[in-house]
Amino acid sequence: MNKIPVEDLSYEAAFTELEQIVNRLETETLSLEDSLSIYERGQALSARCAKLLESAELRVQQLRLENHIPKDEQDD
Amino acid sequence: MITAKNTRIAHNSKYVKRDLKNNRIFSDKHQRFLLTQANMFGILIFMAEQMSFFGPRVLSVSGMTQYLRALLESDEILKDVWVEGEISTLSKPSSGHIYFNLKDNTATLKCVIWRQNAMRIQSRLETGMAVEVHGYVSVYDAGGQYQLYIDAVRMAGEGYLFQEFMRLKALLEEEGLFDTERKRAIPAFPKKIGIVTSPTGAALQDMLNTLKGRFPLVEVILAPTVVQGEEAPPKIVKALRQLNQLLDVDVILLARGGGSMEDLWAFNDERVVRAIAESRIPVVTGIGHETDTTLADYAADLRSPTPTGAAVLVTPDKADLLDDLSGLQSELDDEIDNHLRQNRVNLQTIQSNLTFLSPKNRILNDQQRVDEISLRMERIFAYKTSLSHSQLSGLKARLNTLNPLQVLQRGFAIVSDEKGKILSSVDDVQVGDQVRIQLADGSLNSEVKVINQHEK
Repeated sequence: MNKIPVEDLSYEAAFTELEQIVNRLETETLSLEDSLSIYERGQALSARCAKLLESAELRVQQLRLENHIPKDEQDD
Repeated sequence: MITAKNTRIAHNSKYVKRDLKNNRIFSDKHQRFLLTQANMFGILIFMAEQMSFFGPRVLSVSGMTQYLRALLESDEILKDVWVEGEISTLSKPSSGHIYFNLKDNTATLKCVIWRQNAMRIQSRLETGMAVEVHGYVSVYDAGGQYQLYIDAVRMAGEGYLFQEFMRLKALLEEEGLFDTERKRAIPAFPKKIGIVTSPTGAALQDMLNTLKGRFPLVEVILAPTVVQGEEAPPKIVKALRQLNQLLDVDVILLARGGGSMEDLWAFNDERVVRAIAESRIPVVTGIGHETDTTLADYAADLRSPTPTGAAVLVTPDKADLLDDLSGLQSELDDEIDNHLRQNRVNLQTIQSNLTFLSPKNRILNDQQRVDEISLRMERIFAYKTSLSHSQLSGLKARLNTLNPLQVLQRGFAIVSDEKGKILSSVDDVQVGDQVRIQLADGSLNSEVKVINQHEK
């Protein structure tokens, strides 16, 4: 089972792991303890993905052609 | 015209090509020219013949006009010609035909586009436009003018641009820069997207809006550039290279809004195409409108007709992702429910098995057996007891009947002498002896008075 904290996962990583968990629950015979434990993680992953999608704001940075210094520009 | 002088010079010139038999070899162009010359010559001969018999021939206007028409229509160049000029006095009557003058500094050419051709030609013609037109020259009899009958129109300079486009395309295609094998896959969930475009154009805003709506968790790095004019190609190249220096950009969008072929020309520039081919990071182009395809588009890993389209190609849609998530969520819940239910059922089964097999049960069972056995034992015992009792009674009765003293009840007596010895014979006593006579309920003390002996 994946030990990386859910908050550190990228969207892709979280989503992929969620799929794997559903697959395991469907196909493997797990102990009740294990099922419950990965179910919990699955819920956390699902929440993380939804949060990333719904509350994210597009961040835009502009490069300066001359100096390569990134200039921050929050886009709302 | 062929003169003796010309011929002499030609004959002597060492630059004239000759075949093995020393005959002059003429180029195709030269041959065409000679043929035209021959036609004209033929016509002139006809005229000359007329002149020789009747003096200078007087032609009718129609005749003259026909001659001119023949002249013009027989010319190779005038049959299939491109002409460049500026449109003036444009007229588009309801018949559908289009009439205008094409002019430059010193001359004017009358032009006609017949309705069928006019419908085909997409460009909207306006007075003042610099255009290149294609067609053939002939004569409008009634008006006494020569005209260009047009079947194709393009913007001025486009001809040259188009040629250049085809040349470069062939060259770069030959090098394999457009091969499909070179094209790389675009990551499904990009974390960082680089954008090369004008910072002030609508294209950028369109793309940012699209990204915001579809996949706002992506980070955008803008490498601003000029997208039109002389300075555009080197700036675009520089922007692409800068983004390539960053380690974590997943894909680059190269975009520009719509415009004419000239406006988009920077994206046909060889330097730009090569920079796209060299880019380590996959490049997706969104240039112009639906019908524009530039060489940059051919070189790109993926191409969309518009900037917005390009932004769509590189991102998943938030709405779809949320749907997927929701689906997975349901599956997750369903699966855990199944697991829990299954476990519950298993537990119940085991519980009932346990109960069935438990020692307590066995004990209860055994207790019941014990009870049953006790009961049986009691019954047997009771039976046996009663049997004994009855047996005992029986024996008792029999014993009773065998009791010697019972005899006494029946009237028999036991006689015994003084010493208590039981007398069973008369010989055992003498007259005057004391005897005891025992009866059932007591005894008599008697004296023998008479002895009677039975006959032996």
